[in-house]
Amino acid sequence: MAVDRFPVEPSHIMMFARAVADTNPIYSDPEYAAGTEVGHLIAPPTFVQASAQFDEAYFLRPKPGTPWFGSAKSASGLMDLPAAEKKESSGGGGNAAGLLHAEQHFEYHRHPAPGDVLTAKSFAGKSWEKEGKKGGKLMFSEAVTEYRDQNGELVVTATGVSVITSRPAEG
Amino acid sequence: MALKASALSVGQEFSDVVVDNLSRTQIVMYAGASGDYNPVHTDNEFVTKVAGYPGVFAHGMLSMGLTGRLLTDTVGDGRLTKYGVRFVKQVWPGDTLTAKATVAAIREDNGEHLVDLDVVTTNQNGDAVITGSATARIDP
Repeated sequence: MAVDRFPVEPSHIMMFARAVADTNPIYSDPEYAAGTEVGHLIAPPTFVQASAQFDEAYFLRPKPGTPWFGSAKSASGLMDLPAAEKKESSGGGGNAAGLLHAEQHFEYHRHPAPGDVLTAKSFAGKSWEKEGKKGGKLMFSEAVTEYRDQNGELVVTATGVSVITSRPAEG
Repeated sequence: MALKASALSVGQEFSDVVVDNLSRTQIVMYAGASGDYNPVHTDNEFVTKVAGYPGVFAHGMLSMGLTGRLLTDTVGDGRLTKYGVRFVKQVWPGDTLTAKATVAAIREDNGEHLVDLDVVTTNQNGDAVITGSATARIDP
């Protein structure tokens, strides 16, 4: 993943806090936040995951002009396509169900706050294999993402582990 | 409000229900805010007929986010230095999740006081859905 510009905005923080059922006013009320030890609004601990919103290439977001694999006329949007096009676009969504998020780790150098304009750059980490409980190979791979601020300072280091199951790709 | 090293002991537990009767709408909210629109989380037609699951299920990151609330309520705002989890079981609409943080260590590093917490979130059947750990800066 590479994100050139991830502006941290108060409304987005508020929406994200609502989405994780966290009513702590430090995520929504600047006056309250001013009176805390932190002194200003900050983002909840898992907020940088929302950098997906600013990743042009992110495949789990429908984009105008690109077939979407979720349901529409049929159970999968890809089923509505002529065979030739289906093949071309099967790379993204078709594999989504076989690719699972296994682990997520965050290291906070500080907590992002409104006004920050972050960048995100990912590097491949370790990869390993394991036998699945129900048979079949599980392939794990790590991606390390560095979130840096407008001054180039490291804000959050995120390590995600995904697992690909060897059962046939769905869709 | 931050924790104090002097008032903490290894094995001490902090626990709270982080979601009661998880709604599909809450999952939709998470999709919208995070930008993860994978239809397995919100699209029943797709998830049952194409992906082959019994129904939509929550993003792992939603469980991690819900659990994060217990951590920040416990250690105070802006105090977390590390938070990591493994996703061990899927979370379904209707689930009630209880997060628990247990003090694993109280230590000093470079003059900074830190607490290490073991984290586990269980569903209404007592099954762990995520397990992990967190570290936070605390007061002496």
